[in-house]
Order: sequence, then structure tokens, then C-alpha cells
Amino acid sequence: MTVDDTPSPDASQGDSNGHQLPIVNQPATRRTALKAVGAALGLAAFGKAVSPLWSIPEHVSVDEFLQQHYQELTPSDKDRIFARLESETKEEFGVDVTISDPRPLPGVRFGYAINLSKCNGNGACMEACSKENNHHRGIDQSYIRVLEMSKGSMDMEHGTTTFDHTVPQDGKFYMPVQCQQCEKPPCVSACPVEATWQEDDGIVVVDYNWCIGCRYCEAACPYHARRFNWEPPEIPADEINPDQGYLSNRIRPQGTMEKCHFCLHRTREGRAPACLEACPTGARVFGDLNDPESDINWVLENKRVFVLKEELGTQPNFFYFFDS
Amino acid sequence: MTMPSSADAHHPQTTTNDPLRSYPKFLWWGLGESTNGGLGFYVWMIVLTAISLVGANAWANQVAQGMIVTNMTDHVSWGLYIANFTFCVGLAAGGVMMVIPAYLYDDEEMHRVVIVGEAVAIAAIVMATLSVVVDLGRPDRFWHLVPIIGRVNWPVSMLTWDVIVLNGYLIINLHIVGYLLYMRYLGRKPNPSWYVPFVFLSIVWAISIHTVTAFLYCGLGGRPFWNTALLAPRFLASAFVSGPAFIILVMRILRITTGRETAPGPARTLIQIIRVAMTINLVMLASELFTLFYTGSSHGASAEYLYFGSHGHTGLVPWIWTAVVCNLVGTGLFFMPEALERGTIRIAACVLCIVGIWIEKGMGLIIPGFIPSTLHEIVEYSPSLVEWKVTAGIWAFGFLLLTVLLKLIVAVFTGEESRAKPQPP
Repeated sequence: MTVDDTPSPDASQGDSNGHQLPIVNQPATRRTALKAVGAALGLAAFGKAVSPLWSIPEHVSVDEFLQQHYQELTPSDKDRIFARLESETKEEFGVDVTISDPRPLPGVRFGYAINLSKCNGNGACMEACSKENNHHRGIDQSYIRVLEMSKGSMDMEHGTTTFDHTVPQDGKFYMPVQCQQCEKPPCVSACPVEATWQEDDGIVVVDYNWCIGCRYCEAACPYHARRFNWEPPEIPADEINPDQGYLSNRIRPQGTMEKCHFCLHRTREGRAPACLEACPTGARVFGDLNDPESDINWVLENKRVFVLKEELGTQPNFFYFFDS
Repeated sequence: MTMPSSADAHHPQTTTNDPLRSYPKFLWWGLGESTNGGLGFYVWMIVLTAISLVGANAWANQVAQGMIVTNMTDHVSWGLYIANFTFCVGLAAGGVMMVIPAYLYDDEEMHRVVIVGEAVAIAAIVMATLSVVVDLGRPDRFWHLVPIIGRVNWPVSMLTWDVIVLNGYLIINLHIVGYLLYMRYLGRKPNPSWYVPFVFLSIVWAISIHTVTAFLYCGLGGRPFWNTALLAPRFLASAFVSGPAFIILVMRILRITTGRETAPGPARTLIQIIRVAMTINLVMLASELFTLFYTGSSHGASAEYLYFGSHGHTGLVPWIWTAVVCNLVGTGLFFMPEALERGTIRIAACVLCIVGIWIEKGMGLIIPGFIPSTLHEIVEYSPSLVEWKVTAGIWAFGFLLLTVLLKLIVAVFTGEESRAKPQPP
């Protein structure tokens, strides 16, 4: 019980209650021994209970554990990290991939618009997104949700994303929703560790190696644009897109957040986002908001556009419009 | 559980002025004292340890296999863990309702037992922190949250505020409790300048932890169910019910297990506080519900789902009506004159209000924030077995910690009294 070597008040009182000492002290020694045994057993049981944690070092190397935030990495840090990620992908998925880091183009501000008169809900955008962005195949997902809405209402409560029939249906229109790349993104404010931020071209990105997986951003997003990796990613080797960006479509680790990044590994190199390229109806318009000649600016100039949930003040760079 | 006999309390007769030597000695002595007890005590501790281990094992499996083992989804991305977190923060803040009468109103009787409230606060903060840790997808990156070595999004992110205020509250209370017990152990009179400023700081701080926790939710414009200015006041009001009710139960258990006679005053004061706080809580709840249902806008969709079900989905309806019944009956019992006396009615009232508030600000607040989702989809949620195991483990660990703290407190107080008593001739 105790190793206190200072005399206790009782012990120092001598004979008055000294007769208690043998009774109290003897069992105390035995009790201390029993406690020590109990503590040892408890610790051993605890070690056994948390033993599944030993799988962490198998998947998380020391380099990964100690890796700094993206914005603090030097070019040589990046080279080393990208090489490590490439070899880890090779090891885990058996595929040679290239991880690049295209930076925002100076003076460019990306905007996106969807013509709701043209979209017919065929879902080609979702499929292209899933392939382009190396989505985990376990659950059928992409960064886009297509809402089937009832004509006569813009209320999403009357919409559904789980329709499974031929499109378009009579009396319905279709509204794809993905990250709105808000000017004032609530997800970025929410993140406790700055693992997500807005880049100079307006794209909100995630450092998948810095995110702690608290999912506060997912609660904060009004557009359901963020997704969590609930389990280790599974993608057939022949379906992996080897052209990968560090902040975009590389295979995301378990336990972290992900979101639409306007295919920055394509768009920052002058190509169109995968969803736009795949759209058979021509409903999607993408471009540089700072370029007066761009398609997106033509839409903003000539169509009456609206944004989702304008009242929240998030100021999306994503617009919707109807023909005529 | 037996009390340590007076001969068991090994206090140094003379005070040593070297805290570097005597403080570790105090801790070691405290560890010994707080793990002494009878058969009932050891059964209690072993059962709690076993449940904690089950929880630890469930969490380790969750880390290894991914959070897919929970029933959370991208639609309902927070569940039982965050619900329980919210309640535990309230429990911790509620302890301040002993500190205020004791220190601001100089209630002598309350002053003698206020340390029980501080012990409850310490255990509750630890439970709250654990509830957040188990909710992280990447606990291995926890260091990213630590100032200086990590990268903290302060002051913008409400979650960083929460981390700061929760840890601050834990440290303040550990200091107050640790200092007071240490001084009593040494047989010295505590120096007020070493702890009273921290006590007053803890009063403000207690209110801040629950306010910041409410801001975590009500600051999100995309979640209309949470986005109400009433959330923080409601959190505080319900915390000032659940905290004192929990403390009343703890004091009752202490009285039975230790056989120590305590004055009836503090519990009565707490019940008067509960009466007021619960009434305010219910008035605010009614006001909230009126706005949600009478306007009938989309803001009411979550409330409709919660109370009556929506489009055939009724997962939370049994939960919330259980809470409504518990809260109303519990409040009714608290207002009976018998609640001021020691007896079954008081105990029943405390238990009912604790259960009611656990649901109301846990499952009844966090889950409907996600249903319907921001795109108005309805995906339901009920916790998985893993989530229940982990949560039970956290509670068991909290009780384990609380038991050890209370044993230590009782040992110090008993030792002090035995020295204060005149020696037999």
C-alpha cells in the first residue's frame, strides 16, 4: 500500500494504539503485492486488447507519420514524398503511377456552370468522375450526386439521388451537385488542422496526409460535397488512373476526407474536367472567370444563373441556369 | 467498500518543505489509498476494468479496419461518439454549480463538498476527450492538433477552441483538486492565492467549455437544426441539470459506501438549482419547437423526423419521446417537496433527468442535424455494436477514474480528521 517512510501519526503515538499495527501492516504488505499482480495483469490485458493497433506501423511508415503539412514542404521534400507514395502504390496495388503537383495558373479563377435544361440525368459525369479520381470501388461513389427533381419546384426535399430507371422521366429535371468551390468555404473554416484550404484559382483542396479524419468539414458543408474514406480503398489494378495529383486524384488513405477538386491535375494543364468531357448532353460549362472571353463568362453574361443555397453566404463558384 | 481506518492513514506529522520529494510521495500514498477497499470495491473496479478493456479492444479494431465498423455514413457522419461527447462536456460544466455557491456565495457546507464536483468534472472531461479521440479517422495524426508541432486553425475553427478550452479546464481542475488534497495531506492550510484565482477562472471556464461546444454545432449554416442562437443557452441550462443531478447521485453513493455523515444542505441547494435550470431548459425547448413546427419551413424537417418520423423513417422517434417523458417526469419529481429530502423520489428524479438529457443533447441533437442531409436525403443511423462497446468503455474508464479520485479525497479528508481529533487519554 505504501512506501511512506515518515512515521505515521498513529505509529508515533506508541502504545496507545500500537496493538493495531501488526493487524494493519501485515495485510497491507500482502495487499500491495496483490495490487502489483492486479496492475500487471491489467496492463497485460490492455496490451492484448489494443493489439490490433499494431497494424498501424504496417501501413504508416515513419516518414509518413512525421510528414509535414503540404504548405511547409520544400520541392525536395515533395520529390521524396511523391516517390514514396508512388512506390507504396506499386507495392499495394501493383500499378506504376506518377504523382504530380500542378500549381494554380497565375491569374486564373475557375468557375463551373450546368445547364439544367440540357442535363438529362444520364449519370455519365458520375461514372467518369469515379474512374478519373480513383474512387474506392467498394461503395459506388463519385464526387457528384445527381438529383432527380420534380418540375414545378426547386425544393431538394422533392428530389432524390437514388433513382434507378431510364432517364429522362416525364415531369422531372436533373440537377448534378458537386463541390461548389465556395468563395467562402465553411469546410475550410471548420478544419481544426488546416488540412483543407482554398488555392489561388479558387479550388478547395485537401492534404490527405495531414487530415485527421474528424469529419467536422463534412458536417459544415451545405452541399454534401465531402466524403470520408470509411475503409481501406479497393480499386482493381487495371482501373487505376496512373496520372495522379498529390492534392487531387491520388488514391486516398483510409480515415481521411476527400472532395471534388475540379480535376486540378487536368484543368491546371489546360484540359477539361473529366465530368465535362464525359457529359453527352453538353450541359456542362467550365472555364476561367477572370478571362472575359471564356465560355463560363459567356454563360454568366447571357444566362440568368443561380447558385445553390445563396442565403448561406458561401458564394459558390458553381452556377446553374436554364435555356431560354 | 470499507473506509481506511485511521491507522491506515500515513500522514507525515511534520510538513516537509520540499515539494519535489513530498509531492511524488503524496501521489504514491494516494495511489495506495485509492486502491484500498473491501470486496465490493474490488468487484466494482474489476468490472469497470473489464468493460474498459472491451471498449479499448473495440476501438483498436476500429482503427485497424477503418470506421466502416461503425454505422456512421457520409450522410450521418457523426454518431454516438459525438453525442456522448456533448453530454460529457455538459457533465463537466455542471460541476460549476457547486463551485458558484461555495465560492461566490460562501456557502460553508457546499465548500466542504465542492471537491466532489471538481472530481466529477475531471472524470467527465477525460470522457469527453476520449469520445473525440475515438471519433478520429486517423488517431495516429493526433499530433497535428497540438500547437507548435502541429498546425492549428486557430481562431477560425471552433474545434480548435474546443480542444483548447477542454484541456484548459482539465488542467485547472487537476491543479485545484491536486493542490487542495496535497495541502490537506501535508496538514497545511491551503494558501488561497494558490488556488482561489483558479477557482474563479474555472467558473468562467466551465461556462466557456459548453458554450464553445454549442458553437461547434450552431456555427454551421448548412445544418438548420443546429443553426440556432438558442443552442448554447440550452446546452448550459441542461448541463446545470445533468451535472448537479449526477453529483447528487455520487454524494449519495459516497455517503452509503463510506458511512460518513454529510450535511443535507448542499444537495438541497443543488436541487433548487436544478429546478430553475430545468424549467429554463424546458421553456427554451418549447420555444425552439414552436418556431420549428409553427413556421413549417424546411428548418423544421429535422425536428419533424426526430419527433414524428419523416417519409416512413422513424428511427429516432422512440429515443426522443423517451427523453421527453424522462425530462417531464423527472422535472415533476424535482418539484415535489420530497425531492428536498433524502429518498427514492430524489434519486428517481436525478436518474430520469440524466437519461433524458443524455438523449436530448446526444442522440436527439447530433443525429437529426444530419437527417435529412444537406441535399435532403434521408439516411438513418443507429449505433453499431462497436460504437456501443467503445462508448461503454469510455464510461467505465470515467467511472474508474472517478472512483480513484473519490477514494483519494475520502482518504485525505479522513486522515485530516483523525489528526484533528483530540487523542484519547
